[in-house]
Amino acid sequence: MKSLGNPFSSKTDLRHGADCGCKSCASGEFRADDASPQSSEAMLERAVESAIVRSVFGHSDIGRRSFMGMVGGATAAAALASVFPMDKAKAAILDNLGTPEKTDLNIGFVPITCATPIIMAQPLGFYERYGLNAQVIKTAGWAVARDKSLAGEYDASHMLTPMPLAMTLGAGSTATPYIMPAVENINGQAIVLSNEHKDKRDPKQWKGFTFGVPFEYSMHNFLLRYYVAEFGLDPDVDIQIRVVPPPEMVANLRAGNLDGYLSPDPFNQRAVWEGIGFIHILTKEIWEGHPCCAFAAPLSFAEQLPNTYGALLKSIIDATQYASNPDNRKEISEAIAPTNYLNQPVPVIEQVLTGTYADGLGEVKQVPDRIDFDPFPWHSMGVWILTQMKRWGYIEGDIDYKAVAEQVYLAADARKIMTDLGYDAPTETYKSHVIMGKTFDPETPEDYVSSFAIGKG
Amino acid sequence: MATLSLNQRAAILSLVLLFAGLLVWEAAIPAQKAAGELTEYERLTGGGAPKAGVPPPSQVFQKAWNELSNPFYDAGPNDKGIGIQIGYSIYRVLSGYALAALVAIPLGFLIGMSTVAYKALNPFIQVLRPISPLAWMPLALFIIQDSERSAIFVIFICSIWPMLINTAFGVAGVRKDWVNVAKTHELGALRTAFMVILPAAAPTIVTGMRISIGIAWLVIVAAEMLVGGTGIGYYVWNEWNNLDLTSVIFSILMIGVVGMALDAMFGILQRLVAYSE
Repeated sequence: MKSLGNPFSSKTDLRHGADCGCKSCASGEFRADDASPQSSEAMLERAVESAIVRSVFGHSDIGRRSFMGMVGGATAAAALASVFPMDKAKAAILDNLGTPEKTDLNIGFVPITCATPIIMAQPLGFYERYGLNAQVIKTAGWAVARDKSLAGEYDASHMLTPMPLAMTLGAGSTATPYIMPAVENINGQAIVLSNEHKDKRDPKQWKGFTFGVPFEYSMHNFLLRYYVAEFGLDPDVDIQIRVVPPPEMVANLRAGNLDGYLSPDPFNQRAVWEGIGFIHILTKEIWEGHPCCAFAAPLSFAEQLPNTYGALLKSIIDATQYASNPDNRKEISEAIAPTNYLNQPVPVIEQVLTGTYADGLGEVKQVPDRIDFDPFPWHSMGVWILTQMKRWGYIEGDIDYKAVAEQVYLAADARKIMTDLGYDAPTETYKSHVIMGKTFDPETPEDYVSSFAIGKG
Repeated sequence: MATLSLNQRAAILSLVLLFAGLLVWEAAIPAQKAAGELTEYERLTGGGAPKAGVPPPSQVFQKAWNELSNPFYDAGPNDKGIGIQIGYSIYRVLSGYALAALVAIPLGFLIGMSTVAYKALNPFIQVLRPISPLAWMPLALFIIQDSERSAIFVIFICSIWPMLINTAFGVAGVRKDWVNVAKTHELGALRTAFMVILPAAAPTIVTGMRISIGIAWLVIVAAEMLVGGTGIGYYVWNEWNNLDLTSVIFSILMIGVVGMALDAMFGILQRLVAYSE
């Protein structure tokens, strides 16, 4: 997991994640010497070590770093183990979770690769590992996922990261307290254009194009709008953006109803596979590490069934960790491709997950982090999404960006649960993000909104 | 040749048309050529694999054979045999339909027998009737909070109108002299309703029921595509998700066959209640 630093290293800064975009991290000072733990057990151990080490140093990371720098990590670890029963602490935390109150769970998912950890946790036995008998139920679309989740048919559900924010603000549904304790995937989307437009790689030539996005309150919509606006096109005037369910996208592209779309995989790769379109850019080129889909549940689920919720979150985080390891991606592709899950050809899924893919223009690209998996729900990501909702007129008036983000992206609660479960999470919940070369500072969201030439806000 | 009856000749013509159609269809689909040595790019763009496209009928038959030889397999919540899927759809249709019949037939009777009730309820019927059943879906999902019951409600709401209107029409159209004869025999209102009006109106009522079941079967497929989960509509959606047109065509045929069977059931019922004056 990208958010777990080695506590015995003087070069990691435990207050920031390894991909933190803040000034001190961007300088590269703290990034070296930090191999991420590769198994869930190793992660748990790292988390416990981290918690203990930090408490030893009174949560002063500067003090810890200078100490590690002086004596060296291995010495410090040995010294600490001699006075503190580290093994017992780890074992205690591993056993800490009570028996789940309810083991038969229904978890909704929309059949796209973003849901990989939620889906694969079933065939690969992650739910089982934590004593749960979870069924993953395929859902026809986002609005239905929302309604079935509200209706209690799903105990937890795969959602888009902007959905719980929109739901909270009463945009498109009534307000029900939801928690989003984990982001599912980062990156993993692309802009696909019809083969007719192979010579129109400059977005300035896209005037009059019709694009598809899977849902209004989606990163797809906001990233597409951001991208074309950076090239001087007003997404509400110069192009048309339609909400099109992902399976229809490929068919519409073939029929010429759409010139392109920004959609989740496998439908980007599927267009290439069918010889209809090509991948113009991956969304990671717009915003490296952007969040996309999320794991969400009603607050009541976590309150009423805390052990079940804990076990479920543990399965999901464990699966997410497993999915983030490139070595496992082929196995995962085969596990999630059958009819019961994504119902897609294995080679298409494999190209998405391994990042070795045909781009539709005659080249084989190697982009291992084309899609990646990291669960921490950064508040700053929520603030960014809100700035875009404001920018494009989805919400109006004064918004307390941070308050809304903190209410919905329960990073603090998530961190508490993760720590209870023996995992660690970044201590910060805000960081700056760089999107198409422009830095977003979550401290000044209103200035950010008004800094764009194109927009309604 | 003169020995062939009209029906026999029609059947032969049907078969000839079917085979000619299938032959043209089969011939119109270019065979996907087997690939030789593939470059990595060709392999990644599915050089060796079939592209999504309209399949030849032989492929559809193959698919149908595979599916129908094991129609009741259950490989988890999202992968069930065609028999189970159709079973779910029929269950939903019949539940919603039965509820609609329970409401529509008595209410239609009332409307047909009372001009006041007819005039009072007519505006509501006229506004509600043209609403597409699927337009109710979001509201149903939101209020009922259960996708299964919402689907049944949608069937209910689409089945009710033809039955209601036909019942009212049939009851109102019962010949006055028959009712008068009942009156001279001093039959009570209830006995008149059951012994005179119901048998006289039965053919019209059953016609309404037959129209309703047809609409209900049309609607359930669309509703299941929208909501997902189980049913033949979900099956189509799931195969469409994978751009698997072979399965889509196969399921379209299955939808047609089941729809025909449902209609035929009411056709038999219609013949049973018909009378000649």
